[in-house]
Amino acid sequence: MLEVHRIPGTTIFDGTQAMRGYALNRMCFSFNQAENRKDFLKDEEAYMERYGLDEEQKAAVRARKVLDLIAAGGNIYYLAKFAGIFGLTVQDIGAQQTGMSVEAFRQMLRSQGD
Amino acid sequence: MARIVGGLTTSHIPAIGGAIAKKLFEDPYWKPFFDAYPKARNWLDAVKPDAAIVIYNDHGLNFFLDKMPTFAIGAADQYRNEDEGWGIPKLPPFKGDAKLSWHIIESLVAEEFDICHCQDMLVDHGFAVPMQLFWPQDPTAIPTVPVCINTVQHPMPSPMRCFKLGRAIGRAIESYPEDLKVVVVGTGGMSHQLDGTRAGFINKAFDLMCLDKIVDEPETLAKMSSLDLVREAGAQGAEFILWLAMRGALTGRVRKVHSNYHIPISNTGAGMLVLENAA
Repeated sequence: MLEVHRIPGTTIFDGTQAMRGYALNRMCFSFNQAENRKDFLKDEEAYMERYGLDEEQKAAVRARKVLDLIAAGGNIYYLAKFAGIFGLTVQDIGAQQTGMSVEAFRQMLRSQGD
Repeated sequence: MARIVGGLTTSHIPAIGGAIAKKLFEDPYWKPFFDAYPKARNWLDAVKPDAAIVIYNDHGLNFFLDKMPTFAIGAADQYRNEDEGWGIPKLPPFKGDAKLSWHIIESLVAEEFDICHCQDMLVDHGFAVPMQLFWPQDPTAIPTVPVCINTVQHPMPSPMRCFKLGRAIGRAIESYPEDLKVVVVGTGGMSHQLDGTRAGFINKAFDLMCLDKIVDEPETLAKMSSLDLVREAGAQGAEFILWLAMRGALTGRVRKVHSNYHIPISNTGAGMLVLENAA
């Protein structure tokens, strides 16, 4: 496994995380197809069961909490497809993870251009 | 013989695809970004490349974690785009040049770059957005060779390895017997981080340093590790390895034609660069 240097606020998606999150990410990968997104919305629990998510992953999905999804092995590129089901942008999920309002998060992004 | 006429880079943020679909070119948020591209297109109009090597990363459209190639190269005459799950419109298929692809693949493997070759490969926004930005009249007209580098899962190839891959791609192009003018497109970056409590991280000073040094001192940048890039440019800012692969392919005297940098586009420091490669 990689020697992971500590970078604040950052989870390095390495082999450990990739193994931890395999089922969750596989489910999110399926959301590339509109039909699968519909199936998930129709019966979320059955859909998670079909992909073999564990309890921690299921709880994070139910709560729609991105930090919990990452802790359960989620990879942001695949999680973005999950967020897409609810029409959430990367500003919405950035705001959620940093505990800011979406407007405050957008302002924080803009201010870095100064 | 084929000849490398230059290199282009641009960020490939999905929101750009959405803004193009909605024609937001004059919108105050988007204008400082889109206004940079006509200069690149003028250069392309003057140089008229016959083919484009497009170095990008897949974001979970074509590749899943079950099989994640470090370097994958398309070997087809067509590459389809598909629904990525969050609403940017699906684009018509892009044109490939299978003959050029196989030449590059054979040349790379002979140089001990053991890459994954793909006769059927979907291309996502990482590939499509730069094509739309540089060839807005018809992004599907110019034949392409997609070169996909893993930036999804660590370990990623090191910046130096990507730079060397670029050099090998450059040599491959120059040994292609047909009289083609080839442009190499690096995509992605610059600094951004989508995940974790550091989400929203942008590093303007680092991006501007990279935009400057990649012209004449790319080796200095290539000496960083992938984790250095994550630290300085954010978790997804590590996509800068794709720019280094582009730069490696330019083997001649390199001259900066144009560059642009704008914060923010979506969560990203958006960079663009046009480099001319004189023999």
